[in-house]
Amino acid sequence: MPESNLDLIASVILVLVKIGVFFAVFMLILAYITLVERRFLGFFQERYGPNRVGWQGLLQPIADGIKMFMKEEITVSGANKAVYILAPIVFVAAALMTFVVIPFGDVIWPATMEIGGRVYNFTLANANRGVIADVNVAVLVIFAISSIAIYGLIMAGWGSNNKYSLLGGVRASAVMISYELAAALAIIGIIMTTGSMSLMDIVIHQKGYWFGVIPKWFCFKQPLAFVLFLIAIFAETGRTPFDFTECENEIVAGYQTEYSSMKFALFYLAEYGHILAASALMVTFFFGGWQGPFVDAPVLKYFLPIIYFCIKTSIVVFFFIWVRATYPRFRYDLLMKLGWKFLLPATLVNILITPVLMKIFGDL
Amino acid sequence: MLLNYFPIAVYLLVAIGFGVLIVWLSTILGPRNPERVKLETYECGMETIGPNRIRFAVKFYIIAMLFIVFDIEAVFLFPWAVIFKDLKLFGFIEMGIFIVILFAGLAYVWRKGALEWD
Repeated sequence: MPESNLDLIASVILVLVKIGVFFAVFMLILAYITLVERRFLGFFQERYGPNRVGWQGLLQPIADGIKMFMKEEITVSGANKAVYILAPIVFVAAALMTFVVIPFGDVIWPATMEIGGRVYNFTLANANRGVIADVNVAVLVIFAISSIAIYGLIMAGWGSNNKYSLLGGVRASAVMISYELAAALAIIGIIMTTGSMSLMDIVIHQKGYWFGVIPKWFCFKQPLAFVLFLIAIFAETGRTPFDFTECENEIVAGYQTEYSSMKFALFYLAEYGHILAASALMVTFFFGGWQGPFVDAPVLKYFLPIIYFCIKTSIVVFFFIWVRATYPRFRYDLLMKLGWKFLLPATLVNILITPVLMKIFGDL
Repeated sequence: MLLNYFPIAVYLLVAIGFGVLIVWLSTILGPRNPERVKLETYECGMETIGPNRIRFAVKFYIIAMLFIVFDIEAVFLFPWAVIFKDLKLFGFIEMGIFIVILFAGLAYVWRKGALEWD
């Protein structure tokens, strides 16, 4: 076997291990984020929330999962079966895929390592970086994948043979396309400043401090984009105050009305996947991603960035839950108005003022 | 270069495989006991009236069309934003004119009432 192929094999093995570990941890976090949300909502509303299964309710997600698997699966009569079954798969796959380009750490493995007397190179396919795939069109990948999630909603709405599902699916897709536009345009200012669409480059660009204390994060450099993106992702993830996709007093449960058993749970999982991904994107774009003090220190550099990233993401997830507990629901027509009459013009204005901001912050 | 996309392909297979596995598992694990009433469309106990695939408002269709127009604009803006620093003032003025034209389009759509929801 040629010598260079050994490097390739070493890197591919590392990539596969990385994906495996990441996926397992991600699934665990996804399961427990449901518990965290319910506990916090209980706390906000002065009640306990689930605290009976295991210590402080820690086994609740597992109990929920087992219960869901054991439930009878109902396929509503008149459903378009192929579309009906495919919808949750498409939706959950799209929700999980969003994480594929988000950097969760800097370097997680040495670039070269001596094993059995041969020095192996682990830098192929970015195997040693804290990101699953560092591609130079990462921002486009994210928006492409989140567009595919809309297919899942439309398919669920159409396949279910239910008026409420159809309305929910159409509503959800209208909101998601409107706000995806706003989110995509809000990011343009960041791309102009960074000169790259790779999320790794965007994070690296946010290194350093002003006056030694204020981190050079994009939430300070692009304040307007930050606010617009925040509103847009709240609408895109379908969270309160913009949760019209499952507005129970108008359309029962929206697109998931006719789903039962684990298919319902897949929608549920995918929604939390979207929240996690949105939080992680928020952190990557505006809060410096894995940047933090001592990320270049000799040994610490392998795990400190991951810890920073997790802490920042948890704070944003907590913010999502906090907002849900605080604000009542918006109105659908006002939501569409907000998207097209405020967010869209504001993002265009943001693009026009970005060169001025770049001049002020010395990026031009 | 193409090797950078290899993890995406692997992860895509994992994500789809996960969805398929869960759906398959729930079909074999759960009980099956279908009845006619159980499988009826859920409308909070009421019997459904008329076809379930109803015609929805044309407003959604208009939104979808507007989305395509403005999304193409976004596609134009992304590559421009990447090389913005190299293009300097020239590139900014060019794109400024483009954005102003889009503003005019938005204003036209707005005036025509395509963004109204009542």
